[in-house]
Amino acid sequence: MAVVVPMSLREAVDALAANPGALVLAGGTDAMVEINDGHRRVGHAGSPEVVVAVDRVAELRSWTLDPGGSRLTIGAGVTYTELMEEPLASFVPALAEASRTVGSPQIRNAGTLGGNLGTCSPAGDGLPVLSALDAEVHLAGATGTRTVSVHDFMVGVKQTVLAPGEIITAVTVPLLDGWQGYSKVGVRNAMVIATASACLAVDQPTRSVRIALGSVAPTIVRAPEAESFAAGHVDWGAGHVDPATAGEFGRLAAAAARPIDDHRSSAAYRRHAIDVMARRLLERAFRGADPT
Amino acid sequence: MSIVETPRVTRTEAPVRDGVIGRSPLRPDGIAKVDGSFQFSSDLHAEGAAWGATLRSPHPHARIVSIDVSKAWKIDGVDAVITAADVPGKATYGLIAHDQPVFASDVVRYVGEPVAAVAADHPETCRRALEAIDVVYDELEPLLDPEAAIAGTHPPIHPDGNVVRHQRIVRGDPDATGEVVVEGTYEIGMQDQAFLGLEAALAIPDSGGGGVELHIATQWLHEDRGQIAACLGLPEDQVRLVLGGVGGAFGAREDISLQVHTCLLALRLGKPVRMAYDRAESFLGHVHRHPATIWMRHHATADGEIVKIEARFVLDGGAYASTSSAVLLNAVTHTQGPYRCPNAVVDGWAVRTNHLPCGAMRGFGVVQACFAHESQMDRLAEACGRDPVEIRLRNVMRTGDPLITGQVVESVAPVERCIRETAALPLPDEPIGGRDADPMRLPGGAGRTADVGHVRRGIGWGVSIKNLMYSEGFDDYSTARCRLADGRVTLKFATAEVGQGFVTIAGQIARTILGVDDVDLARIDTGVGSAGSTSASRQTWMSGGAVDAACRQVRERLFEHVADLHGLDPLQLEIDGTDVVDTLGDLRVPVAAATAGQVFDETVEYRHRPTVDLDENGQGDCHVAFAFVAHRAVVDVDPELGLVKVVQIATAQDVGRALNPLSVIGQIEGGIAQGLGLAVMEEIVQVDGRIRNANFTDYLLPTMLDMPPVVATLVEEPDPQAPLGAKGVGEPPCISSTPAIVAAIRDALRDDAGRARPLVRVPVRPQDIALSGTASPDG
Ligand SMILES: Cc1cc2nc3c(=O)[nH]c(=O)nc-3n(C[C@H](O)[C@H](O)[C@H](O)COP(=O)(O)OP(=O)(O)OC[C@H]3O[C@@H](n4cnc5c(N)ncnc54)[C@H](O)[C@@H]3O)c2cc1C
Repeated sequence: MAVVVPMSLREAVDALAANPGALVLAGGTDAMVEINDGHRRVGHAGSPEVVVAVDRVAELRSWTLDPGGSRLTIGAGVTYTELMEEPLASFVPALAEASRTVGSPQIRNAGTLGGNLGTCSPAGDGLPVLSALDAEVHLAGATGTRTVSVHDFMVGVKQTVLAPGEIITAVTVPLLDGWQGYSKVGVRNAMVIATASACLAVDQPTRSVRIALGSVAPTIVRAPEAESFAAGHVDWGAGHVDPATAGEFGRLAAAAARPIDDHRSSAAYRRHAIDVMARRLLERAFRGADPT
Repeated sequence: MSIVETPRVTRTEAPVRDGVIGRSPLRPDGIAKVDGSFQFSSDLHAEGAAWGATLRSPHPHARIVSIDVSKAWKIDGVDAVITAADVPGKATYGLIAHDQPVFASDVVRYVGEPVAAVAADHPETCRRALEAIDVVYDELEPLLDPEAAIAGTHPPIHPDGNVVRHQRIVRGDPDATGEVVVEGTYEIGMQDQAFLGLEAALAIPDSGGGGVELHIATQWLHEDRGQIAACLGLPEDQVRLVLGGVGGAFGAREDISLQVHTCLLALRLGKPVRMAYDRAESFLGHVHRHPATIWMRHHATADGEIVKIEARFVLDGGAYASTSSAVLLNAVTHTQGPYRCPNAVVDGWAVRTNHLPCGAMRGFGVVQACFAHESQMDRLAEACGRDPVEIRLRNVMRTGDPLITGQVVESVAPVERCIRETAALPLPDEPIGGRDADPMRLPGGAGRTADVGHVRRGIGWGVSIKNLMYSEGFDDYSTARCRLADGRVTLKFATAEVGQGFVTIAGQIARTILGVDDVDLARIDTGVGSAGSTSASRQTWMSGGAVDAACRQVRERLFEHVADLHGLDPLQLEIDGTDVVDTLGDLRVPVAAATAGQVFDETVEYRHRPTVDLDENGQGDCHVAFAFVAHRAVVDVDPELGLVKVVQIATAQDVGRALNPLSVIGQIEGGIAQGLGLAVMEEIVQVDGRIRNANFTDYLLPTMLDMPPVVATLVEEPDPQAPLGAKGVGEPPCISSTPAIVAAIRDALRDDAGRARPLVRVPVRPQDIALSGTASPDG
C-alpha cells in the first residue's frame, strides 16, 4: 500500500488520475473507522492499493467570498472547527451550528465538509445545511472539472455521483439574508449520530423558507410543501408566525420524511421529531430574538 | 464537582501522616493512566510472540455440520489452527456450572460463540486465516423468549435445560392484603460493562515444556487458573497467572474469555502468543447485565406501611449459565429494597436463551430489583397521597430488622440517615439552562433542539440496599502476605486491581498499622493464595481484612522482638506515628531502627462469617452484610422530544468508614455515571439474536455533557463486623441512581392533574417520553 501526499490540487488530481481506484483520505474520521471495522479495506486484493491523503492541499483548505459578497465557496478540506470560527460562522450560521453538533473537539478538528459529502450518510450533519442552501458541489478529475447541485450529488445511502478518480474540491453556497439554524436529535447530549435533524433557512428578499431534513430518508430531503406553506402564511411584514402556522409547518415537514425503524430509533419517533423541530425552528426564525 | 463531606474526628496528638487510613493519597497508577504510559494488558509483548484470533458463530443457534480448516493452514504465516478437538482437558468451563464450551463442537448457541482459533505472524494473517476456515452450519430455531424457556415450550437448547434456576421466597402470611395495592411490570434492558482496556492476554509457555504463564486482565486470578488448568489438562501449579494492566471490569472480567484460547495456542506452538479483542469483539466476548422483566405488587396500609410484596422476576441469562443463578438470588432477595416487609411471595426465574450470555455486572441483580421496587415506592406514595421521601421514611429498615428471607440485618443500617442527609443537600441554585441560559445545558445539548420554555424540571428519589461479598455458603476468603524488613513493608496479594483502588488502600493499611512510610507492593499474581474476586463490593472488606490481619501479625512479631530486647511485655507496646512506644514507660524506638536487620514475614487468610443456601421457600441467612445509599436526581426534560438532561445527583452513602475519601468519591461519581447510562441511554440491542450496536457509535455512554455534578455526603458509621469498619462502596452508587433519574423524568412529565407518567422501562428512550402509548404496557 502506498500513501501519496499531494501539496496542490493539481498533484492530487494527477495522483488520482494515475490511481483511479485510490482512496481519498481527508480527516480520516469516517474512512479510518471503516477501515478499523473491516468494512473497508486498503492494500489488499480487490481493494485500493493507494491512499491519496489530501489534508495538505492548500486549495482544499481555504474559502473565498465572491466579489459581490453573495456567494461563499468553501474548500472540501475545511474542518468543522474552522466552520465554527468567524467570519465563516456569520456567513453561514446554520453550518456553524451543524458543525458544533459534530462529534467531539478532536473529531471537529480533523473532520471536513468534503468528507461529510464523500461519505454521504443520511445522518451527515453538514448535508441538511448544504441542501437547504441549494449548494453546488465542485468536482475535479483527470478529464476536467464539473459542478453539480448537492441534490444531484447525493444519490442514496452512502452513494454519490463521484466518479472513480474524481475529487470534491469545494462547495458554493449563497449568503442568504435571513435567519437560519440547525437542530439535531440524538439520544445523548453531545457526540451522537442524528436520529433526526433539520436545517431551516429564511431568505427575506425572496420571502422564502427552506427546510431540509436529515436521517429520515436515504439522503437529505427537502419539504417543498412545508416550504411553500410557510412562504404563504408567515407574516413577513411583522416578522412573525402564529402557533397554528408553525404547527402546520411542522406537520407538513414531517409528512416529507420517509423514515425507517432501526436500532437507533423508530420511524414514528423520527417523524415526530421532525414535526417538533421544524415547528420550533420556524418559531425561532420568526419570533426572532430568543437566542436560546 | 462540589463535594460535601461529613466532618471527621481524628486523633491529633501527632500530625497525621499523609499515607494512612482516612487520608486520600493518590493512586500509584493514576498519573500513568492519565498520561498514557500505563501498561494495559493489550500493551504486553514478548520476543517472537505470535498473534491469536478467534472465529465466532454468525448464528444464534445452529448445528455445526463440519469445520474445514485446511485452507487456513495453507496461508503463509499461519502457525496454528485449533478447534474443540484440540482441547486436551475439560471441554467446558464456567463460574458456577461448567456449561460453556472452550470451542463449540456440535451446536452454537449465540452469535459470537467461539468455534476455532488461529495463531499467525500478524493480526492481518489471522484475519485471513479466520476467513479461510469453512464452517457449515445447519440453522436451528433460536430460543429468544424467556417465557418460552419457563413454559417449557421450546426444546432444550443445552443439555442442562432451559431453566438455570427457579427460586421462590415465601415469608409470613401469603394471603395478607393491604388497603392500598399498587402494581407494575418493569423492564430492564441489557447493559454492557463497557470497560476501558479491552480483553487482552499474553501466554508464555515454559521453556521446558509443560506449564504456561498467562498475563491477563482479569478480576480473579485463582478462579481463572482453576478453569484454565482444567481445560488445558494441566495441574494447577503448572499454570501461573500474572495480572496484566486492567482498565476497568465491572463484572465483565469474571468469566473466561480469551484465557484458555491464548494458553492453548501458546502451548501448541511452544512460543508466546498474544490475543486482544477490539471493541466489537469485546461485546461478544464477555457477559452482560441480565435483561429482566419484573412484576411487583405492593400491599400497604392506608398510610403507606408495606404489608406484603408479591413479585415475579424473569432474567434472561442468554446462552450459558455464567453467574445467572447467583444474580437471580440477589434479585429476589432484594425485592423489598431497604424497607421493612413482613409478608412476601416472590417467584424468580433465570433462564437460558440464544441471546448473548449474561452474568456479573456492578449491582449484580440488585440493579434490576431496585428499579422495580423504587418505581413501586413512588406509585405507593401517589396512591397514599404522600411524597416520595415520606413514604420511604415510613418504611425504612433498621439494624435488627428481618428480611423476607428471614435473615436479620446485622449490618449498620443507616437508611434513614442516608435519606435525611440526601434531602438536606442543596438543590441546584440555577434555573433551567443555567443563569446564562446556555443551550448546551438544555436537554438535547449540542443539538440545540429546545428553548428554555420547552423544558420542565423534575425531582426523583431512589434508595437501595446491596449485599456485600459472596452469598449462599460460598467461602470467598482472601489471602495477604506482609513482610517487614529494615523499615520497609512489602505486601503480596492476588487481589485484582481493576481500578477500584485496592493498591492505594493496601499501603494505607500497612502504614497505619506498622508505622512505616515505605510500602512496596509485590507483583499481583498466583504466587500467593487466592484473594477471591474483585467484585461484590468485597475487596476493601476481604483483602483489606487480609492485609490488616497480616500486618497485625507482623506487628505482634515486631513487638515481641522489641519487648525481648528491652525486657518488656509485648502487650504494653504500641505504634505511635512511626515509632514503637512503651505505653507504660519511656521507650520510643523508630520502627525503622527496631526492624534493622530483622525480617518479619506473615501470611494470613481472612474469612467472613459463613452463610447458607436458601431453602425451597427462600428462607436462610444467605448474605454476609449490607450497604445502603440514597439518591436524589434533578432532571430537566423536553417532554415533546423526549430528551433529558440530568442536572444534579445528590447522594448520601453508607460507607462504614472512608479509608480513602477521594477514592470513595471516585466510586460514587463513576457508579452514578453508570446508573445514568442505564437510565437514559445504555442498551445492547439484539434483533433475532443478533447484536446491532457492538460499537461506541451506537452503544451510547454518558459524555461530560450528560454527567451532572454530584453532591455527596459520606455517612460514616463504622461497621463492627467489617475488619476496618469499612463497607464496600463500589456497587451502591449505580443501583438507586437509575430509578432516581427515571422518577425525576416521571415527575417532570406530570399532567395537569399531577399524575406522573409510568415509564416502566430502562433505558428510557426519547420515544417512550415523547410518544404516548409506547411508554408502558400497563400504564
Ligand atoms: C467519534 C466520531 C463522531 C462523529 N460524529 C459525527 C457527527 O456528529 N456528525 C457527522 O455528520 N459526522 C460525524 N462523524 C463522521 C465524520 O466525522 C464526518 O462525516 C466527517 O465530515 C468526515 O470527514 P473526514 O474529513 O474525516 O473524511 P474522511 O474520513 O477522510 O473521508 C470520508 C469519505 O469521504 C471521501 N472523501 C473525503 N474527502 C474527499 C474529497 N475531497 N473528495 C472526494 N472524496 C473525499 C473519502 O474517500 C471517504 O470515502 C463522526 C465520526 C467519528 C469518528
